[in-house]
Amino acid sequence: MSDILPVGEVAEAVVAWINETFGWLLDWITMALDMLISGFQDGMAAIPPLILIVILAVLAWVLTRRNLKIGLLTLFGLIFIYLLDLWPETVLTLALVLTSTFVTLAIAIPLGILASRYVSVNTALRPLLDLMQTMPSFVYLIPAVIFFGLGNVPGMIATIIFAMPPAIRLTNLGIRQVPIELIEVSEAFGATEWQKLIKVQLPVALPTIMAGVNQCIMLALSMTVIAAMIGAAGLGLNVLIGIQRVDIGGGFEAGLCIVIIAIILDRITQNVISSGPDK
Amino acid sequence: MEETQEEETDKNIKVSVRNLTKIFGKHPDEALRLVEQGKKKQEIFEETQQNVALRSLSFDVYEGELFVLMGLSGCGKSTLLRCINRLIEPTSGVVEIDGANIVTMSEDKLRQVRRTKIGMIFQSFALLPHRTVLENVGFGLEIQDMSVAEREEKAREAIDLVGLSGYEESYPSGLSGGMQQRVGLARALASDADILLMDEAFSALDPMIRRDMQDELIELQARLNKTIIFVSHDLDEALKLGDRIALMKDGVIAQIGTAEDLLQNPSCDYVERFVEDVNLSRVLVSKDVMKRPEPLLPPDSGPRNALRLMEEYGISSLFVAGKDRMFRGLVTVDGAVEAKKREIPLRDVMVTDSPTVLLDTPAQELMPIMAETAYPVAVLDTEGRIKGFIVRGSLLAGLARLEIEV
Ligand SMILES: Nc1ncnc2c1ncn2[C@@H]1O[C@H](COP(=O)(O)OP(=O)(O)O)[C@@H](O)[C@H]1O
Ligand SMILES: [Mg+2]
Repeated sequence: MSDILPVGEVAEAVVAWINETFGWLLDWITMALDMLISGFQDGMAAIPPLILIVILAVLAWVLTRRNLKIGLLTLFGLIFIYLLDLWPETVLTLALVLTSTFVTLAIAIPLGILASRYVSVNTALRPLLDLMQTMPSFVYLIPAVIFFGLGNVPGMIATIIFAMPPAIRLTNLGIRQVPIELIEVSEAFGATEWQKLIKVQLPVALPTIMAGVNQCIMLALSMTVIAAMIGAAGLGLNVLIGIQRVDIGGGFEAGLCIVIIAIILDRITQNVISSGPDK
Repeated sequence: MEETQEEETDKNIKVSVRNLTKIFGKHPDEALRLVEQGKKKQEIFEETQQNVALRSLSFDVYEGELFVLMGLSGCGKSTLLRCINRLIEPTSGVVEIDGANIVTMSEDKLRQVRRTKIGMIFQSFALLPHRTVLENVGFGLEIQDMSVAEREEKAREAIDLVGLSGYEESYPSGLSGGMQQRVGLARALASDADILLMDEAFSALDPMIRRDMQDELIELQARLNKTIIFVSHDLDEALKLGDRIALMKDGVIAQIGTAEDLLQNPSCDYVERFVEDVNLSRVLVSKDVMKRPEPLLPPDSGPRNALRLMEEYGISSLFVAGKDRMFRGLVTVDGAVEAKKREIPLRDVMVTDSPTVLLDTPAQELMPIMAETAYPVAVLDTEGRIKGFIVRGSLLAGLARLEIEV
């Protein structure tokens, strides 16, 4: 640390103060996220792998409105992973990615809605989002580690922050792009603000919002290896170990599993609604 | 105009607009003062940068009337229509619906009025893409928190009314423009609103479909006795649909009256320019305003064929002419029906004294002829061959086109 400018000392003091004052909140967040992940993970681990794989494949098929290709892709992709003997790691990675995505969306979609309705929220958010999107993903590890230590939870926190901007932006954009006549329809027929949002704006904006969900999941997956650096487990950790020990085979296998999961999740989110109304 | 107002005082006033002004811009107050001083739109814009869309308009719409707001693009029709259900907030003035002032109404009351009294139909159809026809039509009822069963029943009735039965489960993207607008119409009818606001509702449709929709609207209105305020920039359409027509120009109403009033007593400069400017309408002759005679009926044709042609082309009379195209007369739909019923040849019901004009008859002289007759006027060449025909709408539309080109 520099002797001339006490920047480091100040930072330490601030962090200490925050830890002291908001310690209870940080603990609470840690606990809640921990519960979410372990609940998800334990739930999936309780089911025998092959049965779970079939269930997931059927789920993918149903979610994409009976898209057989995506159902089969899921089935064979997951069986491949199972045969690589990386199933427990995959379950953990899925748990991390999906819970992170869930939390991200729970924050991002309401924020996006607010930004679409209030100019002030929009103007306040825009520079923040610009900043977040230009920042290298490693930067998010610093506050995560400082406030949450090492492990799965700080990995998730970094992931959540990193994956947030596109979901906010696309929700905001989707709602703003709803044609003016449709807004006029809801007003002319006497809809309340809430009815307008629920029955017109969100459903019409859904394809755009889903694009945001898709990006959110992809960003969360891209963070798995980076989050492993601060102690998050799962496939990312295997890749990281592969790098550290120059274990090409092990690293490659885990990396391949991440790619397979990415492809499956991408196809599913892209097809959940786009094959919707127009028969 | 005096006369017509007196004649109509026994009708119920459904919508009453008084001194309605709408100014677009951030500082309407100053502009409003200038409007009250009688300054022109252009002057006010130069002085204050505020756009005066409507200036101190007053008129009444009667119950069961089909009232057309007509005028060139940008004259303020859509703004006026949206002030009536307050989708656009008026700057000043009064809009009364069944005697209640919309402008000062609380949000809650306003919502209630919009839900139960006013339906709206849009140029772009404005259907929700993620909903089926049935769900779209039930939209207004759903907003009122009506139970699913009840709203489906009402929606089905409305769908039936506009002739879309069988398409309940289709999505809007799978329907033609005409069908989509029927859905829009059904949506407005489903909530039993007695006022329909229609903004260029048929302007996006093909001419043939458009004519069908106009006919159906007239028929529906006669059956359901709705009060309809219909915005159009098309004179043909206005003359065909309007019980009364308000001609707008630059945010004011230049003249209100029936189609006949506009044709015979153009009391405003806007219409006057078409009709009275001798030079303009002298240069305009039958040839310029006539339409092609659609199908001609061969003289030996039977009543069934005549009726089929009328139905196919959506018209109520046919000119009779042989292969030589020599004009013989005209058969009306009533005549053809009678001939069919009594099994007599069409010749016996043919109208032979319907007015005819020559290709170069000036528009000026057409006007009184058009006003007198209930039939379309045949346009003949000097030999007596039929070249075209003129109906009221095409004459005024021809004049309007000329105005736009000048
Ligand atoms: N939202 C708006 N903001 C500012 N000016 C508007 C707005 N809507 C309409 N105007 C102006 O008001 C005038 C009337 O427009 P409009 O009612 O749409 O005309 P019309 O429907 O007859 O074509 C035009 O000069 C138009 O530019
Ligand atoms: Mg308009």
